[in-house]
Amino acid sequence: MRGFAALLRKDLRVELRTLRSLPAMALFAVTTFVIFRFGLDRTSLDGELASGVLIATLLFAALLAVNRLFVAEREEGGFDLIRLAPIDRTQLFAAKASALVIYLLALELVAVPIFALFFLDSAEGLLPLALILLLANVGLAATGTLISTIATMSSARDLLAPLILLPLLVPLVIAAAGAGEHLLASGGPDYGRFGTWLALLGLYDSIFLLVGYATFDFLLED
Amino acid sequence: MARALSLITLRRLAIATVAVLAAGYALAFFYAPEDADQGFIQKIFYLHVPLATVALLGFMVAAVHAIRHLQTGDPIHDARAYVSIHISVIFGLAVLLTGAIWAKGSWGIWWEWNEPTLVSFLIVFLLYATYYPLRYAVEDRDRQARYASVFAITAGAFVPLNFLAVRLAEPLIHPRTFSSAGGLPGSMLFAFLVCLAGMALLWVTLIWFELDAKRASGDLGRIRRALEATA
Amino acid sequence: MTSSTAATNTPGSTAATKTAAASTAVEGPSGGPAGVEAENEPAIELAGLRRDFGERPALVDVSIRLETGRSLAVLGPNGSGKTTLLRILAGLLRPSGGEVSVLGCSLPKEIHGLRGRVGYLGHQPLLYRDLTPRENLALAAALHGLEPDAADGRIQELLDAVGMARRADDRVAELSAGMRQRIDICRAVLHAPPLLLLDEPDAHLDAEARRRIEPLIATLPDRSRIVVSHDREAAAAGADSVLELG
Repeated sequence: MRGFAALLRKDLRVELRTLRSLPAMALFAVTTFVIFRFGLDRTSLDGELASGVLIATLLFAALLAVNRLFVAEREEGGFDLIRLAPIDRTQLFAAKASALVIYLLALELVAVPIFALFFLDSAEGLLPLALILLLANVGLAATGTLISTIATMSSARDLLAPLILLPLLVPLVIAAAGAGEHLLASGGPDYGRFGTWLALLGLYDSIFLLVGYATFDFLLED
Repeated sequence: MARALSLITLRRLAIATVAVLAAGYALAFFYAPEDADQGFIQKIFYLHVPLATVALLGFMVAAVHAIRHLQTGDPIHDARAYVSIHISVIFGLAVLLTGAIWAKGSWGIWWEWNEPTLVSFLIVFLLYATYYPLRYAVEDRDRQARYASVFAITAGAFVPLNFLAVRLAEPLIHPRTFSSAGGLPGSMLFAFLVCLAGMALLWVTLIWFELDAKRASGDLGRIRRALEATA
Repeated sequence: MTSSTAATNTPGSTAATKTAAASTAVEGPSGGPAGVEAENEPAIELAGLRRDFGERPALVDVSIRLETGRSLAVLGPNGSGKTTLLRILAGLLRPSGGEVSVLGCSLPKEIHGLRGRVGYLGHQPLLYRDLTPRENLALAAALHGLEPDAADGRIQELLDAVGMARRADDRVAELSAGMRQRIDICRAVLHAPPLLLLDEPDAHLDAEARRRIEPLIATLPDRSRIVVSHDREAAAAGADSVLELG
């Protein structure tokens, strides 16, 4: 466990010190909101449009973080350092996935209130939506970390990661947008299928955390 | 010796495939009744659904081969996974094409977002299509095989989850589906099952054929390199 | 394509020869009880090691025997497989064939028994550029299971030994190549491994720095080492035996 804590602390320390990813993600999200404002020609959103714009924007901002996740490991010898150590390589997977969840939470803390400011009439549905986003973050972190590792060690890495990851994230988008559509409805939040979406997210998270845990070791060999 | 056996098996498989497929489609066209709602176009069901079922099973089989590959490190399992995905992706393309034809015939449009199986297949196809750029992007052969196996396992876990998710996304009222294999009258069901068996045999035959071709070209390459080394 | 050629023994040293000749224990300079159980078991034993990259053979039929407490220099032109050999011995690369035994662990099967017992210094420092030397070493210590308090003491000791105590809290990105090399050496020996695998430890270092690092990477009764070098004379002088690749 000490390896996990040390690696997570390292990532957070580097990010806080250099601020390479977080400001860019937040800026990207806000700019994308502006693009949607003009692309859809709307100044107010609710229901499925609000949900779609928010989820899609968060998703693409997340891809920025996924792409950068293993840059230091690749360029500064981090993979060798970890492979020489007598620790379970899965601790690296856990550390990176946790870091990604934290980055996504930080992004959402900035982007969601701004989204509400730009487009929403009422902030009522946002708190339950936060729960949905949290579960979606975990799922994204699990698959994102796995795919980022694969892409990092290959030649077309910047292109490959989103290409493989986006289809894998469709169930998350379905669940998050499905819940968001009802939570951000114009007449006030509707909890109709909230449980279903939570269950789907929970299932997705469990399955891909398991897949990541079982297969990550093989990605770090040789 | 193994090669000779495999050629005999291949020929037998090919013959069996042709026979069963011919029987299946004969049944579909001449024995099974025409659908009351959709008319003749419904017959494409006997092509579309078996293709879809076998393709999906093929992806699952690939995931199993991938697991064996990671467990044993034996490249034969990687070859099997590769070929399984290859053939299943081709079948998947056929699923999308037959689905579009069916949609055009049934509803007058080339694509229907409310057909959950078709949409799920599109997503699955988009995912597995990335298998090739992934393999090409990793040069070291051992590493390439390992990464491909992790991908195949991840994608295999994804397929059922994706089908569930897309189904849940459908509006609860009036999803527009092609007729499914459940609730079919006996004669249609029988024809369907024979077609399904034929498609499964076709899949296996193509797998065998491609594995054999790969083995042969691998042998040829090895012989050629050995000759060059001694020249 | 490389194959190993005859090893030369430097005069005046009680040497371990490349091929399996005498396997009797050899006295170290201060042969004390610490080395006793390790004496009869060589640190490294390779027979017919082979490593291919696809169709290209990088190492062919390499055989080495390194007794505990001894030092081996690996020489050879660029591309002769020196780095590949070192990475295989460190457990970072899998051998394609042959018998490989490092610190009693047969590779690749028993690789997990080797982890954490090797001090590896590669071409490129294994240091995160945005962390300070102290933070990098603390991370390495944590990854190797060292207790934080003991680790802090050891880190300070090493930093003082290589003369980097003053810059220990500047980001690695701000340091020169020679400074990074010194920190990387600290990292390699931090966990007191019984085997050092060093790829050009003198790179970027001036005479003063070389003098400082020498005691840190010297062989001990229970510590063996392999050094890859381009400097033929210095390497041969500092080693008990020499392996030529290519």
